[in-house]
Amino acid sequence: MSSYNFLVVDDSPTMRQLITFALKRIHNSQVTEANDGVDALKKLSGNKFSLILLDINMPLMDGLKLLSILRGNPSYNDVPIIIITTEGADVDREKALKLGANAYVTKPIQTNELLKVVKEFLKINE
Amino acid sequence: MSSEEKEIKEADLFKKVEEFLQVFKKGEEFTHELLKENERLRFKIVKLEEDLRSNKKQGDNSQIKLLKDTIAQLEDEKNYMVNKFKEVESENKDFAARYVEVEEENNNLANLYVASYQLHSTLDIHEVLKIVVEIIINLIGAEKFALMILDEDVNELVAAASEGVDKSEIPNVKIGKGVVGNVAKTGESYFEKDMGVKRDELNEPLVCIPLKIKEHVIGVLVIYSLLIQKKGFNRVDYELFSMLAGHAATAIFSSRLYSQSERKLSTIQGFIELLSGKPKPK
Repeated sequence: MSSYNFLVVDDSPTMRQLITFALKRIHNSQVTEANDGVDALKKLSGNKFSLILLDINMPLMDGLKLLSILRGNPSYNDVPIIIITTEGADVDREKALKLGANAYVTKPIQTNELLKVVKEFLKINE
Repeated sequence: MSSEEKEIKEADLFKKVEEFLQVFKKGEEFTHELLKENERLRFKIVKLEEDLRSNKKQGDNSQIKLLKDTIAQLEDEKNYMVNKFKEVESENKDFAARYVEVEEENNNLANLYVASYQLHSTLDIHEVLKIVVEIIINLIGAEKFALMILDEDVNELVAAASEGVDKSEIPNVKIGKGVVGNVAKTGESYFEKDMGVKRDELNEPLVCIPLKIKEHVIGVLVIYSLLIQKKGFNRVDYELFSMLAGHAATAIFSSRLYSQSERKLSTIQGFIELLSGKPKPK
């Protein structure tokens, strides 16, 4: 059976806990949390993730900066990245998708909807 | 020829005529019998032909009846299957609807669990306020809001935390004055009915939730506007508001008590050190 390794990057502990709570519903899933872009880069080194869930507004390094770094690195080029943000304007969505995000989900999130998106990317049929 | 011979000859002739008549009579009787037998056989043939026809007809009818019975049976089976299919289909729809409900409920419970877990995860007042702000942004989807805490010395609500608007821009509110003051006074939540109407945000908030410990109001959560993608409130939002009304109040109150007691403790310790002349080892 496949196992899934997720990286959740969000400066809000509430959001991290909620997203982790949702992802743990997928069998054989492991979730690593990072509270900003810099912390995420540390946790990315030496680890392989099945999917990354990324907030935009974060201290130290924001989500879009981290996204462009990851898309510029061949090791993370094919890792699906889902943006989860409060920024609901079309211009923000387009910007993130142009930088290489695979999906754009706005807060407040519905955990079941988020799970559906995650499962689609990982082709999980549970 | 003598008369005697003549008589004998006549007698012979008479006898032969008699015999011929008898043979003829027998022949007539036989012919009658044959005709009778013929009649009987013809009648029998007609009867047999009729029987044959009737049997054939009966045979056809019974086959049709058998086929009709089979059709009726198949029709019954089909109706049963159709009904069963409809039953299963409606059950399926019911299960799908229940699944959606359960998923929604699960989502709501996850939100409530996480919010209450985070609220009670610290006794630091600043962290508690930060968590309340996070919950309102991330779980409710508010863009501009303030957390007003009651200053009992002046009986006014003072902004303790805010988002989307600077704390200094939010005026203090007297208890009983305006929408916010009235919510603090009555302890009843306020929801603006028409969210689409253009308003003077700071004076006409969308939502005011009293933060209460039992019936004692310690503050008011005031929401001025929602995120662009948030078009209105759903069931979980009202549950979150109700949870915040109680849990945020308790968390804020207990963290304030804790910081006060920490301060008092350090003051008492200072006094003890002063009286005993022994400074606290560092």
